[in-house]
Formats: sequence, structure tokens, C-alpha cells
Amino acid sequence: MNNKSIEILESGMLSSIQDTGRYRYQKFGVPVSGAMDNFALRAANVLIGNDMNSAGIEMTVVGPSIRFNSAVLISITGGDLSIKLNGRAVDRWTAINVDEGSVMTSDGVQDGMRAYLAINGGIDVPLIMGSRSTYIPASFGGYKGRALKTGDLLSVGKLNPATVHEERRLPEDLEPVNYGHSHIIRVVLGPQNDRFTSSAINTFLDSRYVVSNNCDRTGYRLSGPHLQHETGPDIISDGTQIGNIQVPADGNPIILMSDRGPTGGYAKIGTVISTDIGLVAQSRPGDNIVFRQVSVKEAELAFIQQESVLYSMDRNLFPAASKEIIDALTRNSSNLSPCLSENRADSKPTTATARIKGKTYKFKISIESN
Amino acid sequence: MYETPQFINSGDQAILVEFGDSINPDINDRVQNLMIQLEKTDKPWLVDLVPSYKSLLVIFDPTIESRKNIQNEIFADSSKLKDLDKHSAKVIQIPTLYGGEFGQDLEFVAKHSGLSENDVVSLHSKPYYRVYMIGFAPGFPYLGGLDKKLATPRLESPRIRIPSGSVGIAESQTGIYPNDSPGGWQLIGRTPLSLFDPMRENPSLLVTGNYIKFQPLENLEAYLDVRSNVESNSYKPEIEILDDEEINRSVS
Repeated sequence: MNNKSIEILESGMLSSIQDTGRYRYQKFGVPVSGAMDNFALRAANVLIGNDMNSAGIEMTVVGPSIRFNSAVLISITGGDLSIKLNGRAVDRWTAINVDEGSVMTSDGVQDGMRAYLAINGGIDVPLIMGSRSTYIPASFGGYKGRALKTGDLLSVGKLNPATVHEERRLPEDLEPVNYGHSHIIRVVLGPQNDRFTSSAINTFLDSRYVVSNNCDRTGYRLSGPHLQHETGPDIISDGTQIGNIQVPADGNPIILMSDRGPTGGYAKIGTVISTDIGLVAQSRPGDNIVFRQVSVKEAELAFIQQESVLYSMDRNLFPAASKEIIDALTRNSSNLSPCLSENRADSKPTTATARIKGKTYKFKISIESN
Repeated sequence: MYETPQFINSGDQAILVEFGDSINPDINDRVQNLMIQLEKTDKPWLVDLVPSYKSLLVIFDPTIESRKNIQNEIFADSSKLKDLDKHSAKVIQIPTLYGGEFGQDLEFVAKHSGLSENDVVSLHSKPYYRVYMIGFAPGFPYLGGLDKKLATPRLESPRIRIPSGSVGIAESQTGIYPNDSPGGWQLIGRTPLSLFDPMRENPSLLVTGNYIKFQPLENLEAYLDVRSNVESNSYKPEIEILDDEEINRSVS
């Protein structure tokens, strides 16, 4: 038996195994699931040399107590759940070496809503439809298709040979300092903004919304000024994407999150940009949300900047230290080529081969020489 | 149907490709054809596809290809599709035990429509129902083709638990619950087939574009017979292949 394991001593409020999601089964009605704050999980993996898609533990409000049955490299990212190791507070967004027999505990949330624990090698549970993510409503994926419970013994996957036993940190620009309670969430309009009155669009972009108690892995219901439909809330059901903001008949917006159904029948006024989904996942009941409209181009640039830094930190993709790239990328987003695979004539490309989502790509990151 | 497909942004990583604005088999065929085409060519930027009545949601990775190029590729593929338009359809037989304890609302549906219970069963099991899409819950088929006479409102108060396999009617729709779940549909029967099993190689019995036909079972014994074959994985669903004309004839 694999002696690398961790034991759940206390379950916490809602702890589940998640990777970056279950794709290619939405056509069968299967939700994507995966980490709510996907960026935080991937950063946790990158910090300890894991594949970005490795399964970790999503912890909510109060984290679990966990015993590490062997010495292992871990990282904790996302919200501040007052996590301690052997009674001492630990930093987030950094790799941490843990001794055999160490115990992690959580005193509950100080900031944000969800935190992620990544362990070198990833949590080893069976792949169900290509993913290790737990989908609790239909009881599949993760550990026995359910949230973690006291006494669960989880095995840890094979150590990644590219592991780095060093204290790695996320570049400061990328590390969320404090989520707080007031959030500016960037959105692009659509896909069905034409189903709303123009005053509803203005209201949507000018008002303050409050996160209601109905916020879970499926969606975030907000309360605030009602949004009026031009022709009624129902559409012929179509595909949903994470971050879609649907508005049912009561006029209160709902932001669709990881466990959303793949199709839905309410008009969608706008969509939270990919880079800001994590911020929604870290907001809690009572928090204020103001939506700010951006163009699709701006949304793409923000995402590509975030991805470039994650990828360039990934030792599997860029074996050589790439501090220069990281610095350049975090310093100025306007220096970025809008597409990683595009090589711009006026730039000095850095090439690397990467395996992403099971496929091999040649990457060129272009940084303009100033 | 639109002359050319519409491309609508659904956030910064998805495009909704819309072929029309109504529920209609020809529009739904286009959705499926584009899905098949994109799956076949295995685009490196492709993350996922969500087919629905009249559109295909294409989810992509913008770090691999630009939105503009992706849109051009989709457009090129969708204009190739005219040749693929006509194809035969698979009809999957759904053995169903109507009435009794498995279909406790059959009596209500009969009363509401002014028909006998037998007439309800024969009207419900006559058409070839098109699977327009699968959504809402894993394996849940959205079916088109219910006889208008059978339209019945939902229950006033939803049931807490509806067993998997239950066949129901809600307004002008009919459907099958793939998993135990709460629900407000009028239950008229139950199938012993398993519509969704996450451990199966093909987790969903049905795919978008299939047709199904309900096949009334004689009695509980027949139901249990099929059920035990399903449970021991020795059940092979009965499949008919029909061309479009045959389907159109049976629907009208």
C-alpha cells in the first residue's frame, strides 16, 4: 500500500476533492465541477511542482483538520481560513515542507470564502469521466462522490520528479492581498443582453448588489435592484458557461459557478470574465458586488497575463528559471502578445514545449524589447 | 433557420453558435452536425461543446488560438455541413411499465385529458420522440414530440424524491428522470433502463439527436426481467435505424 497518505481528523464545513474540472461530458448533462477558485488551485499546484490539473482539497469557511502521514511538500492558497500547522500559523501562496505526522488545523475564515490545499503528487482518487472533481449532487467523483468526513484516509499520488524543494512564492502582483467585502467584478455583456431593457443594463452596471445566503458551488444569487426583461425571462434553453449571469423572473441576478447545469433556460445579461471568477468564489453572504463592463479584448488580455505567469512559473513547462519572463509579464500587461502561440515580429520570443490538457504544444511567449 | 450561423460571445472563453430561433429538428440537426464536425477534427483550442436546441456553445482556450481565428475555423466547418444534413437516426426503445405504483399520476393525466388510461398509454408510446438535448441533470433528455392532448400541468407541490427511471409529463413535455431527484412532473410510468451511470464507458444511454420510443411492458414481471438484465450488464438496448422520411411519417 502507498504509505503516502493523509487522514481527515475533522471534516471542516465543506471540504471536497477538486481538480480543474470535468470536460467533454457536458453534452451528456454532466456539470464541469472543479475548483470554484480555479486560479487558486492551479497556483497551489504550480508552487509545488504538480501538474496544474492535479486534484487538491477545496476547503470552505472552516477548513478540515488533517494529519500528514509522511513528510510532504504542500501549499495553501485562496482565502484565509486561519490555517495552522502543528499549532503555528502558516503562509499562503508558498510551498511548505511538512514533517511526517504533522497536523493541519483551521480556526475559520478571516478573509475570502474558500482555500485550497495542494499536496505534492496530488490527491489520488479514481478518474471518473476524466476528472477527479467531486460532484456532490449526483454522488460521483472525488472521494466516494461526497464531501470529506472524519476518518477518511486519502492516498497521495506519485511524487512528481520535477518537484522543487524550495520555498517558492507567487509573484506579488498576482497574489491576492486581501479579498475584503467589496468587490469590483469585471463583466462582458451577453450572450442575451438584448433580452433586457436598456435601463436594466444601466441598472446592472451602476448598482451595488449584495451576495445572498443562497450562494454555493452551483451559483451565487445576488440581491439588489431588479433587472427588467424586455420580453420575459425564459429563453429556449441553451448552453451555460461559468460566470454567466442569468436573471430569472424575480429580477435578481445569479452568477453561474462550477456545479451549474450545462444548459439553462433563463436569459443571461452578462458574463463574469475568467480572471474574476475566483473573486466571486471568494465572496461571501453580505459582501458587496459592483459590476464593471470591459471589452472581450480586455478580458482576454487579463486572462492571458494571468496564464502567462502561471505557465512561466511551471517547472514542468519551463525547466529553466524564468524570473526574467515573470518580471516582464507582471510588470506590464500591454507588453503581452494577445495570444501565447502567436509570434510577433517585433518581439523576442521564448519557446517551450508544454503539455496542457493532455496535449503537447509549442509555446512562444513574446515580450517586446523596450 | 438563419442564413448563416450567428456568433455570440458568452464571456471571454466561449462562443454561442446559433442556427435559428425556434425548436425545430432541422435547426437541431445543424447543431449536432457542427458538434460532430468539431469533435472529429480535434481542434487543439477546443475545451468543450454544449449542444442545445438551437445553438452550440463552443468553449475554447484563448491561450492556444485567438478568438478571431477560432471563429473563422468554426465558420468554415459550419459551411461544410450542408452535405451532412441528412442522416439516419437511431431510435432507442425504452421499455416502460405504465400506471400502477410506478405511474401513480396516470389516472390524473387521463382525467385531465378526458381519455382512458389505455388511450394515454397508447398515445404516449406511439411517437418517435427526438432527443433535442441533454441537460439540467446528468443524462436528462429534453424530448420533443408529445401529443398535445397529453399536456398536463405540473404537480402543485413537487415530490421530495422521484425514483430514477420515472417517466413523466410536465406541461407539453415528457421526460425520464435519470437519477433519484426531487421533482414536480406527473408520473405515468417507469423504465427499468439506466439512463445514466458515471461508471459506464458511455455514461449516458442517449445522445443529442437520438430518437426514443416508449415500449409498454405487460406487467411487473416483465419490468423485473429487464431490470435484472440491466443490473447484470447483460441488457442490450433495442435500436432501430430510421431515415428522416420514416421519422417524419411517424411524427405526423
